This record gives sequence, C-alpha cells and structure tokens, in this order.
Amino acid sequence: MAVATEQPAVDLREPAGWRRRKNQIATVLMVLALVLVIIPLGFVVYAVIAKGASAISWSFLTGQIPPNILPPGQGGMGPAIVGTLEITALAAVMAVPLGVLGAIYINEYGSKRPVARVIEFMADVMTGVPSIVMGLFIFTIWVLHFGYSGLAGAFALGCLMLPVVIRSSDEMLKLVPDPLREASYALGATKARVTVTVVLPAAIGGIVSGALLAVARAAGETAPLLFTILTVTSVNSNVFSGANTALSTQIFANASQVFPGAQSRGWGAALTLIAIAFILMIVARTVTARFTRYSR
Amino acid sequence: MSTVTKADPAIPAGSASPLAHRRPLGDRGFQILAAAAGLLVLVILVLIAVSITQQASSWFSTAGLKGIFSTQWNPGSNQFGAMTYVYGTVITAVLALMAVPVSVGIALLLTEVVPYRWSRPIVYVIDLLAVIPSVVWGLWGILVFAPWLQHIYTSVASGVNGIPVLDSLFGQPVSGASFFTAGIILAFMITPIVTSLSREVFATVPAIDKEGAYALGATRLEMIRGAVWPHSQGGVVGAIMLGLGRAMGETIAAALVIGSSAQVTSHLTDSGYSLPAVIANQFGEASGEFRAALIGLALFLFVITIVINLVGRGIVERSARRKRGA
Repeated sequence: MAVATEQPAVDLREPAGWRRRKNQIATVLMVLALVLVIIPLGFVVYAVIAKGASAISWSFLTGQIPPNILPPGQGGMGPAIVGTLEITALAAVMAVPLGVLGAIYINEYGSKRPVARVIEFMADVMTGVPSIVMGLFIFTIWVLHFGYSGLAGAFALGCLMLPVVIRSSDEMLKLVPDPLREASYALGATKARVTVTVVLPAAIGGIVSGALLAVARAAGETAPLLFTILTVTSVNSNVFSGANTALSTQIFANASQVFPGAQSRGWGAALTLIAIAFILMIVARTVTARFTRYSR
Repeated sequence: MSTVTKADPAIPAGSASPLAHRRPLGDRGFQILAAAAGLLVLVILVLIAVSITQQASSWFSTAGLKGIFSTQWNPGSNQFGAMTYVYGTVITAVLALMAVPVSVGIALLLTEVVPYRWSRPIVYVIDLLAVIPSVVWGLWGILVFAPWLQHIYTSVASGVNGIPVLDSLFGQPVSGASFFTAGIILAFMITPIVTSLSREVFATVPAIDKEGAYALGATRLEMIRGAVWPHSQGGVVGAIMLGLGRAMGETIAAALVIGSSAQVTSHLTDSGYSLPAVIANQFGEASGEFRAALIGLALFLFVITIVINLVGRGIVERSARRKRGA
C-alpha cells in the first residue's frame, strides 16, 4: 500500500499531559480495586487452611462430635459430614430436575407466553430471597407439622437452589441454535422428543455445571438449616426423619465458643466444607470445558 | 444468539393452531410437567408470603402498629418492637455499599481494559468469593478479623476524639464485633454479585459508541465517561440495589460479627443487631408470642428484599432490553 507522503501533520500519538495522566490514574485505581478484593480472599483462604489443616485427620473426618470443652485434636465432625452430604444430595435430587424442567418450560414452551416471562423474572427475584426466610418458610409449612428432619433441611436448600438452576439452565438452552430444533421437527419428531433428545444433550455441559455450582453454594448454607434439622451431635443416617446435623451449622455453633478445642474443630469443619464446595466447583469447570458445545 | 421471534416450528406453515389434535399423550404430559415445574417458582413465592404472614399474625394483632414500630424488644415482658433491628439491617447494608466502587472498578477493568484471556481467571477468582460459605466468613470475621479491627477502631477513636461529627460515628469500641465489621464482611460477600451484574450491564454498551469515542481521540477514561457510563448508569443502579438486597438478607456472617446487642446508636464501631441475625440467634429458644414476633421480623425482611429485588431486577432487565432493541 502506498503511503501518502504529503499528508498534513496529524499527531497520532497517545494524548499527552494531564489527560493521559488521568487515564493512567483511572487504570491504576481499577487494578487497585481488584487487589483490594484479592487480599481479603487470600487472608480467609490462608486462615482456613492454616488453622483447619492442623485439625483435620482421618479420625477428625470420621469421629464423633465431642463436647465443646474437649481440647483440640480430639473428636471429629463425622456426623456433620454425613449430614451435609446426605441433605445436600437430597436437595439436589429434588431441585435440579425441577429446575431444568422449569427452564425447559420458559425456553421451549413459553417463548411467546407472558406467563413464562413472569416465571423467568420471578426466578431472578427468588434468588434474592434471604436464606433465613427460606428456612422459616419450611419451618412453618413442614417442621411445625412433621417435626425436624434432614428432609426438611433438604426442602429449604432445594428452594434456594431451584431459581439458580432455572436461570443457569435457561441461559444454556438459549444458546442452542434453532436450526437444530428445526431439523428434528422436519424429521417428524414431537416437541417433547426434540427437547429431550436434541436440545438437552446439546446444552447438557452448561446445565450440569450450573447445577453443580448451585449445589456447591447450597452445601455451605447455614441459615436455612438452623430451624429445619435442629443441629444434633450424633449421626443420623435416616435423612427422612429425626433431627440431623450439618457442617455449616456445626461451624456456626462452634464459632461463638470460647474453648480452643471447639474453635479448632470449627476451623477443621470450615476447611472440610470449603473443600467440598471447591471440588464441586472444579468438577463444574471441567464439565463446562469438556462438554460445552455452544457458548457466548 | 438470535433474539428475533421466529415462527414456532411445531406449528406447520399455513396452519393457525399447533398439531394439538395429533400430539401423542407423552408429548402433552411433558409440556404439563414442564409448566408445573415453572409455576412452582410462583407457588413457592406465594406460599412463603402466606405461611409467614399467617404465623406472624398473632404478633401483629397483639403488638399493634405502635408496638411493632417501637425500639423495645424484651421477650421477658412480651414487648416486641422491630425498629432496632430494622435500623441495624439498614446501617450494615448501607455500609456494605463500600463494595460498590470496588465492584464497578473491577467490572470496568474486566470489560474495558484487560484482554479476554486475562479476564477469565480474574472472573474465577471473584467467583471464589461467592463459593466461600457465609458461615466461614463469619468464623474468620469473629476469630481473626474482628480482634485485628479492634486495634484500628481504638486508634481511629483516639484520633478523631473531639472532632464534631466523626467522634460520634467512631467512639471507643467495646469489641471488634460491630456494625462496621459486619458492613465490611458484607461488602466482601456482595462484591461478586455486584461485579457480575455490572459486567453484564457494561457488556451491553454498543461497540460503535466506544469506537466513536476513540475515533474522536478520547482516552480510555474519557471513553468510559462519555460512552460507557451514560449508557449503563441505570443498570449499575439496579446492580447496586440487588447487592443491597443481598446484604440485608445475609444472616450467618452478620449474626457472628455484628456483636448481638440491640441498640440504636450513631456509633458505627459499637455492637448492634440486624433482622436476620436476631432471628438466627433467638429462634431456637422462642415459642408462642416470641416466635410469632421473630417470624414477623422475617416477614419484614422478605417484603423489604422482595421490593428491592423487584425494582433492581426491573432496572437491570430494562437496560439489557434497550441493547437488544437497538
């Protein structure tokens, strides 16, 4: 390309002086904002790992929950780990299929119906309902009639998960290209068959990872469990009846104790809980990376 | 992503109705199942409102308006006034808004400054903040952060002693657990949501506006102020409201670090109480009228957060739609 040699002199360098300085200051402030968030995150993660790692051992993961006055190193969180796993799993079994079905309704069936728009909007609003309100809700409609149980806790966690699963699955279904649907309609498939055998498989990576993230968030919730499982210290393998226990509620109970042993077990439980959530998050990222076909 | 409304492929061209008569039973059943799952959201929201109102009704009828809007909370003598807790909730949530400039800064950094391959790991890190459970924030807050903050509060208090407004805000602390500590912890916790919502809003700014600003010789800051900000102001306000809603409803972290003493004071480094925190701490031992009052507090909280969320979501939606229409 020929370069014009007789152009008027236009200064194309970056603006100099005060304008340039202000731009640099703004950029530095933005980076500073990021640093300001990473520092406390680092402190929390460091504190949990440093104080939790010394508490964790095989006997901690399997042992009984001892009285608070016992010194560090004795007893464990076995019942709480069992409780967290079974309550969260039960909640996921209830909330994930319903959430995906809800998203299918919003996206596949309701695209022209106002009621679907309302559901989509209210699912967003529902994600903002405080978790403690969800706990009290289950207390008033379930626990008052049927008593404390792991099932009640799972209901509360499920109510928290449901809107999150709906919204994340909805986003994923929106990404599936329409020609895929049209092609299978052209082959004479019914709408249900198109949805189940074509649309869902195409979006499955994103749906699974969104659901796992919702489960990871729910596993750490404390407030909805306080009034639904009535934190006890013994293991209760029957999730459908009788008071139960969970890691998060044990941490809450231990955090306000003055005994070093109780605090140390609290840190150990915190590390276990974060590890569970973190494993779920890693799995979710891997699933996204491995199975996602359509992304923004 | 195509957002143009297309003809539903299940409706054959030239036909007014879908193939309803020829649809097999399983197909209809699946549609009904999906619709039921969707409607569940509305059902749950209505059930929450109804069941909580019903359980709290005895508080409303016996305490009356005057009793509810008082600051007296003495379970022993059946006085249940909510205003101390409403005050604490509002103060801590407003303090938590210190997360806003930080979140908006990070969102701008992610959308306008760093390249895509850097922004992904940054988003992962910010999301990590959201994965740390609220009870772990509380545990760290009360055992590590609050004792450390107490030293700072003490030196700030002696520094501002005698300065008119500041010394009534920052007096000598009783302990590290206070409104201000709760505000800081809540700020950490709402950062991920405010960041991701603002990012969503900034992403809707048309590229042509930004290119236009650069073409006129604007620096990046001038481009942000001239092209990005006017376009996304409304959406960012919505994001802030949703963050405020989260901060108000956050229970366990606040319950651990707020200090648990019901008082209305201008003294931010003094201990206080908030709506969710008092429910979490006192519900276990409550019965009868006391329990009704605590459920009434939950109703307060539900109504406040629902209103904030409705308005905030509405604003964010509207600013996102404007982009699709453009």
